[in-house]
Amino acid sequence: MSWIPAPVSRFFHRTSSPPHFYALADRFIPWLTAIFLLLLGAGLYGGLYLAPTDYQQGDSYRIIYIHVPAAWMSLFVYVMMAIMGGIALVWRMKLAEVMLISSAPIGAGFTFVALVTGSLWGKPMWGTWWVWDARLTSELILLFLYLGVISLYGAIEDKRSAARAVSILALVGVVNIPIIHYSVEWWNTLHQPATVSKLDKPSIHITMLVPLLLMAIAFKFYYLIAVLQAAKLELLKRETSSQWVKNMLEKQA
Amino acid sequence: MSWESFWYMGGYAAYVWPAYGVTALVLAANLVWPVWQRKQLFRQLAIKQKRAQSK
Repeated sequence: MSWIPAPVSRFFHRTSSPPHFYALADRFIPWLTAIFLLLLGAGLYGGLYLAPTDYQQGDSYRIIYIHVPAAWMSLFVYVMMAIMGGIALVWRMKLAEVMLISSAPIGAGFTFVALVTGSLWGKPMWGTWWVWDARLTSELILLFLYLGVISLYGAIEDKRSAARAVSILALVGVVNIPIIHYSVEWWNTLHQPATVSKLDKPSIHITMLVPLLLMAIAFKFYYLIAVLQAAKLELLKRETSSQWVKNMLEKQA
Repeated sequence: MSWESFWYMGGYAAYVWPAYGVTALVLAANLVWPVWQRKQLFRQLAIKQKRAQSK
């Protein structure tokens, strides 16, 4: 890879070595947790207490503060998984494989949360828990994609070939992402169109918007913490017989 | 605003609070599970190592 400057490739090489990555994760997790808790506290306080009641939806709209960030994260985590899959396929980077598979349960969790909170919001506002509209259906397919990644990885004994299979699945499934995003524009759906991403003039009041953005950033930090925790476990599982794990065991004993 | 009216959520408490509850449960599970699994794994490995040394 001569087109990558030497210090950059050295950095990636070092960071991607399992013991180095493990130590780095340990160093970052407390800081990430502190930032996450601060953002979460501010977001919840702003969203549940400070933000005014919606003139149309009453207080039911407050579900937005978890529903929308979770839905955003369900797409974001999938894209991250697909990128890791690409890196794993092209460069055979072990750490990319580990990050891919560590992301899957977290993404599945966000997708599940988006579906359930949406349902709990839909009942009082639309009068139904569920409709087979384009947005809801494509999000449900996303959940199945995540579950597919998890079970495919679990089904193949050799973890290197499992990671290859899963990388391909993650890359193929990425076609669903634009479908989810544009579903509210392409089809006439019950689900309302985007309110925030119209950056020129979001159709949401600032006192409602700020907590929403705080929660969205908080969920990003949560993802970082959760994926590092899961990656630490996956690395350990894969490298139980390596020297760095043995050294760590001796230190703990 | 009183605590009572806060929990009441304008009459939507039955939808808002379960939504927040499910979210908290799922997010917590994805954090606690790998940490717990790692502890289990460490315990297993330590036992194995002890066995290997005593042989």
